[in-house]
Amino acid sequence: MSAARLLGLAGLVALGLVPLLPLGPAQEYIWHVIIQIFLWSFVGNAWSLMGRFGLVSLGHGAFLGVGAYAMVLLWNFFGITPWVGTVLAVLVTVAFALVVAYPCSRFQVVGHYFGLVTLAVGEVIRLLIVAERDWTGGSLGVSLKAGGTASDWWTLQFADKRVFYYVGLAAWLLGLWVWWRVDRSMARSAMEAIGEDETAAASVGIRVARFKMGITALSAALTALGGALLALYLAYANPDSLAGIGVSLRIVFAVVLGGMYSLLGPFVGTALTIALSEYLRIYFGIKLIGIAETIYGLLLIVFIIFLPAGIYGSIAQVVRRRLTRPSGGFPVRA
Amino acid sequence: MLDPIFLLEAVVNGILLGGVLALLALGLNLIFGVIDIIWIAYVDLVTLCMYGVYFLVSLYGWPLWLAGLAAIGIGALLGALVHLLIITPILSSPPVNQLLATGGLLFFIQSVATLLWSTDHRSVRVSLPTLEVGGIFISFTRLLAFGLAILAMIALYLFLTRTYTGTAIRAVSQDREAIALMGARPQRLYLVTSAVGGAMAGVAGALLIIQYAVHPYFGSAFGPLTFMICVLGGLGNMVGAFVAAFIMAQVISVGGVLVSTEMGYVIAFVIFIVLMFVRPGGIFAKRA
Repeated sequence: MSAARLLGLAGLVALGLVPLLPLGPAQEYIWHVIIQIFLWSFVGNAWSLMGRFGLVSLGHGAFLGVGAYAMVLLWNFFGITPWVGTVLAVLVTVAFALVVAYPCSRFQVVGHYFGLVTLAVGEVIRLLIVAERDWTGGSLGVSLKAGGTASDWWTLQFADKRVFYYVGLAAWLLGLWVWWRVDRSMARSAMEAIGEDETAAASVGIRVARFKMGITALSAALTALGGALLALYLAYANPDSLAGIGVSLRIVFAVVLGGMYSLLGPFVGTALTIALSEYLRIYFGIKLIGIAETIYGLLLIVFIIFLPAGIYGSIAQVVRRRLTRPSGGFPVRA
Repeated sequence: MLDPIFLLEAVVNGILLGGVLALLALGLNLIFGVIDIIWIAYVDLVTLCMYGVYFLVSLYGWPLWLAGLAAIGIGALLGALVHLLIITPILSSPPVNQLLATGGLLFFIQSVATLLWSTDHRSVRVSLPTLEVGGIFISFTRLLAFGLAILAMIALYLFLTRTYTGTAIRAVSQDREAIALMGARPQRLYLVTSAVGGAMAGVAGALLIIQYAVHPYFGSAFGPLTFMICVLGGLGNMVGAFVAAFIMAQVISVGGVLVSTEMGYVIAFVIFIVLMFVRPGGIFAKRA
């Protein structure tokens, strides 16, 4: 494993050095794309914490939106620095997630039903944002107020994209670390058992409600942080881009495309979808609006039919099989 | 203080909206009851049928009624295609993947529509007179759509109860293992069900295009609501879906007048969420 660890370290150093490279006139754009990949991968990772255990939420846009809007509104109306605002936004979102998760686990809302309830939750948040237009700017969205004379470090608004590059990188690594910790923990086995059969899991002494609410709170907290960071970076929040069904499905698809059962799956899926849509956008310009999404939708269907473990997940499975076979050891359970 | 006449008007409009919603919910619920897969993209098939009617009328000059009939055919064809191309390969996949595959279809349809026809709002709104009954204004177009929706539902009911195929379809939804033993072919029945469900989408499309302008994201406005209605009525339960459609339509319509349009939807969704906790099997489920 030390070779893999070295490779990972080298990759990390390379990523850390990207902003220092002379990338020519397009550098701002390249940073912008990479920052988006980092932040959306982070959100995807947060989603997969629930998704991999059968808690397929179609309403993560709600957590994203509550996080983003709480931070933005606290700054715009009360002048609370995003340092504090983001913490409050995460707390509010966790509280909200628990309010939803408690009855869901109490009344055993699982599978299809869980997906549809979370879908409705996401829609409720989006509609509330639109309805409360005096505060939120309705469907036009809301811009983060400029800081004026305040220091950059107080308002967390930086003209230099490189700052956000490192923020995004740090967030992404945090997401990976949390995922890895969960993967190594007892909670993983417990959650897998719950995902398979709740009643059976409860019968062997697993505290079903506690685990489900815990993983939901963790996932919601990270998603809210992602939402707040995205809103900070863009200095703008919009109910369609940071809340609602479209975003919720987009998160799910990126993760499924990459592979939701593997550490780097969400990153691979997000990077591919963002890179693809950026490439198509540049290639076709404004000639064929919608072509990027069309190819994207088509790929999703094809992938779900032919590669249900996702791109990275499937490759990882093949590699693992290759690696374990010649050594003569026992095959590793995927 | 709100004039009671507005409230009454909202109630009447709610009933009229309920008719079309019930039609959508029945189509989706039929497919779910038989094939056990939720077509997230169901309402986007309706969008395509609406475009079909629009182009047949505005581009080729077809009379509206003929274009409407054609929409039923288009819908049936689309339903069968979706089943053959997307559903058949994933019939035995985990439910999550099935949900996501039809979700991918949703993205695909919405973006193809954007690509081909741009995001313009298009309508073939027919100018029929507005009726006035006892101080309430009722749009004749909506009344017509309501009547036709009810007719379509009666036709579906007759098909399911009076024909051999319909009876077989109901049998599959009751026990998919047993029906194969009885000599019917589930695969063929799935295909027929998908086509019938698609035809219902076609009817709904024809009835919606005379009331609303169509645009690529039209499905997003009615889609979530349609799932909620199906779940609320009990997935696969046709009578439940019918009643739930009218309840939800009433909440949205009256709530929209009393508070605001968005809040009407918010209230409807919150009611849905709460009812899911209290009665997970739908409002008509028998308690175990």
